[in-house]
Amino acid sequence: MAKKRIVTATINGREEEFLCQPRQTLLEVLRNTLNLTGAKEGCSNGNCGACSVVMDGKAVNTCMVLAVEAEGTEVETIEGLAPGDGLDPLQEAFLENAALQCGICTPGYIMSAKAFLDKNPNPTEEEIRFSMAGNLCRCTGYDKIVRAIQQAAEVRCGKTASCEKETV
Amino acid sequence: MATIDETKTDAGSGDAPKYKVIGTRPIRHDGADKVTGRALYGADIKVKGMIYGAIHRSPHAHAVIKSIDISKAEALPGVRAVATSADMPEPGDKIAELGEGAVNLNHLSSNNLARTKVLYKGHPIAAVAADNIHIAQEAASLIEVEYEVLPPVMDVLKAMEDDAPVLNPDVHTEEAVSGEMGDKPSNIAKHLVYEKGDIAKGFADAKYVVEKEFRTATVHQGYIEPHVATSLWNNDGQITVWTSTQGTFSVRQQVAELLDVPLARVKVVPMEIGGGFGGKISVYLAPVAAVLSRKSGAPVQLVMDRADVLQATGPTPGSYIKVKMGADADGRITAAEAWLAYEAGGYPGSPIGAGCMCVFSCYDVPNGRVEGYDVCVNKPRTNAYRAPGATNAAFATETVVDELCEQIGMAPIDFRLLNASKEGTRRIDGVTYPRIGLVETLEAIKNSEHFNSALEGDNKGRGIACGFWFNAGLKSAVTATVNSDGSVGLLEGSTDIGGSRTAIAMQFAETLGIAAEDIKPAVVDTDSVGYTDVTGGSRVTYATGWAAYEAGKDLQRQIVARAAELWEVDPSAVSYEDGCVVGPDKRVPFKEIAIELSLTGEPLVGRGVSNHNEPGGAFGAHVVDVEVDPDTGKVDILRYTAAQDCGTAIHPAYVEGQIQGGAVQGIGWGLNEEYWYDTEGSMRNANFLDYRIPTCYDLPMIETIIVEVPNPGHPFGVRGVGEVPIVPPPAALGAAIHEAVDVRMYELPMSPPRVLHELLQKQS
Repeated sequence: MAKKRIVTATINGREEEFLCQPRQTLLEVLRNTLNLTGAKEGCSNGNCGACSVVMDGKAVNTCMVLAVEAEGTEVETIEGLAPGDGLDPLQEAFLENAALQCGICTPGYIMSAKAFLDKNPNPTEEEIRFSMAGNLCRCTGYDKIVRAIQQAAEVRCGKTASCEKETV
Repeated sequence: MATIDETKTDAGSGDAPKYKVIGTRPIRHDGADKVTGRALYGADIKVKGMIYGAIHRSPHAHAVIKSIDISKAEALPGVRAVATSADMPEPGDKIAELGEGAVNLNHLSSNNLARTKVLYKGHPIAAVAADNIHIAQEAASLIEVEYEVLPPVMDVLKAMEDDAPVLNPDVHTEEAVSGEMGDKPSNIAKHLVYEKGDIAKGFADAKYVVEKEFRTATVHQGYIEPHVATSLWNNDGQITVWTSTQGTFSVRQQVAELLDVPLARVKVVPMEIGGGFGGKISVYLAPVAAVLSRKSGAPVQLVMDRADVLQATGPTPGSYIKVKMGADADGRITAAEAWLAYEAGGYPGSPIGAGCMCVFSCYDVPNGRVEGYDVCVNKPRTNAYRAPGATNAAFATETVVDELCEQIGMAPIDFRLLNASKEGTRRIDGVTYPRIGLVETLEAIKNSEHFNSALEGDNKGRGIACGFWFNAGLKSAVTATVNSDGSVGLLEGSTDIGGSRTAIAMQFAETLGIAAEDIKPAVVDTDSVGYTDVTGGSRVTYATGWAAYEAGKDLQRQIVARAAELWEVDPSAVSYEDGCVVGPDKRVPFKEIAIELSLTGEPLVGRGVSNHNEPGGAFGAHVVDVEVDPDTGKVDILRYTAAQDCGTAIHPAYVEGQIQGGAVQGIGWGLNEEYWYDTEGSMRNANFLDYRIPTCYDLPMIETIIVEVPNPGHPFGVRGVGEVPIVPPPAALGAAIHEAVDVRMYELPMSPPRVLHELLQKQS
């Protein structure tokens, strides 16, 4: 068995040091070593998006990232999204729109949507549907999820000065 | 989108809101936990000292197990226990009632760990527990099994042939009517016949007759959370199971039966459940984890990966269906006949009974005959999937209806309105409908903006279809504990897949005239609440809601009695009205009296139980616009509207959500999802990318129309909602494709290659 490595990464704003085997995914380390079980394992091969977190500003499937690859990165998980008391606009919007039924896809959906809205704060429905297609939901038929992301975008735009699309 | 107010107009009901809490849209009680990642699902629990398991599965679809060698697995450092079926008691021929029908325990046991044969690829054979998941998986791969490989039987009609290889030597054909058993082993486990009227005369009276054959593929429930169970076999023989399930009490019974221990020695703790749709009722892992726990002395967690889920759990049957319908010159149905064969998978138990009862359930058929077969094939043992059996049948019937309308020259919506089942209609299987809302639902579609909008352009078409599901009642229990601040804890046994905690709490709140936010609902373990049947059959809002209503009534009685004592008046002078206890010159709101009573006597605890079986039946009607790409055969959905009679919508947002989610599962079933098997019986698309459930990019918004024809068999008029919406989509899509490009689809899914094939056939 390969030797364990020490990895240092910023997770939800705090520098964390953890030990992992080279074969361990970031998902396994988040869930089992760091006890951050908000990221869910739905498929283990990048198909469903339930394990999505934001890594250096991009949504990633943590089942497809090796924990050792997290060295030096900034990782935001669902556990770090809400401010101390209260909820993030995305979380509020998911609740207000009944955008979850069983809720297993919800943390991944919210983190993917956050990375997406950070890049594209004022998206069309088409852009939301295109960009969120990597996150599967089997309960809702997506209607209320898309509406929740639309609402969150509006709320976030209201809170920030500019909602211009970022030029890539 | 339709709101509750609009739909009340649709259903022609009253003006002023009838209820204070029911019909509102409060934030769900478990909402914050679920959007912050705090909610604990099956795989999120870590019990002290827990170790991890893995399963060795069959690479063959059909084989006899000659020998199993576990020695290499046992020798691997870090391995704590290895188990095979030899570690599970032999259940013999025992049959147990497990909530959604009777189950042969020998088959269930063999489906958890195979005994003599493997009947599908992925069939579990042995299990390992080890210090971590990686060691467990490595050890599982070291288990050596010697097989005598047999030819797989993958097709329902081939499996019915006399010379087909027989899967189960203990399965004989049961005649459902007479109860007689066939004299030799067969893949046909059951044969049913329902008849009504004079079928020959009915077809003789018909001016128009359409008869067609249909095929539907095996499809999976596709919940995002894989199956998982954590079991502890304690030193005193008590077993605790932490699992995500649709029925904790069903898991308790299955574990007790399969391990041959008394029921009282098993406690099942519900974790949050990441989707089920019928697929999380049967046990796959809990008994095996318990056996591993007994052998290792540690709690053991077993988790499936996605390939395991697709290859070894669920699915709903592939089927062959033949439907013949006749109508007179006015478009009135004179006769209908159906022949259905459903694939049960490796062991008997497909939803053929429901399929037979649902096949003509939307229509008043004077003369009919329905014949059904439950057939074993080398695919995973099928399980319930949202209106199990109904979608296959509706695809056939609704497509034949569409063709019949074409022959008659009648609008499909008018044909359905003319022939719709209504109160008093007797189904072919003998059941007479109570007050139902199919006509109102069809009218809601007919009057909808969508249905009356123009659809222009090449390769575009519009289709409609309807569907039925029985819904279920069964047993539920809740306990209501009044706190000293006037809030109420509501303990319930119905695991919450889609917001039912809130729908139940709202019915309780309505009963007591208090706010939904003052209720704290909790889904608790099997030792902490009364017996409650599975979260299935669209029964929870109906039945557990009824139990909550009874708990509210129980509290009302207690409050009245205690208030009378407190006020020193006769109890007959005190009543409970509109959220207040009312006495001579007194009117005290619940919250105030609750606080007062908490200071003056014993605690207030209400109990409510229900066991009613008038769930009312529910109907849905859908309309869809599609555009078909003539070069690729790909079908794009331009617009979709689903109308459904839900009796009374308790929480309209979650009613809409059920309708939308069900419709989209039906769309996936109709357009894309299927198990691809090779000739060896190996599933070649056992992952989400290739199985390909719908993504958000495949869909438009799903418009909903909530129709409310109150169910007379419920205090608030509730009918179940969850299941019906999966039923109409494939047929509605088929009708739309026909209108768009003039080809008829008789096989599901109507995937691009199949549609293209039909388009090319038409051209040549």
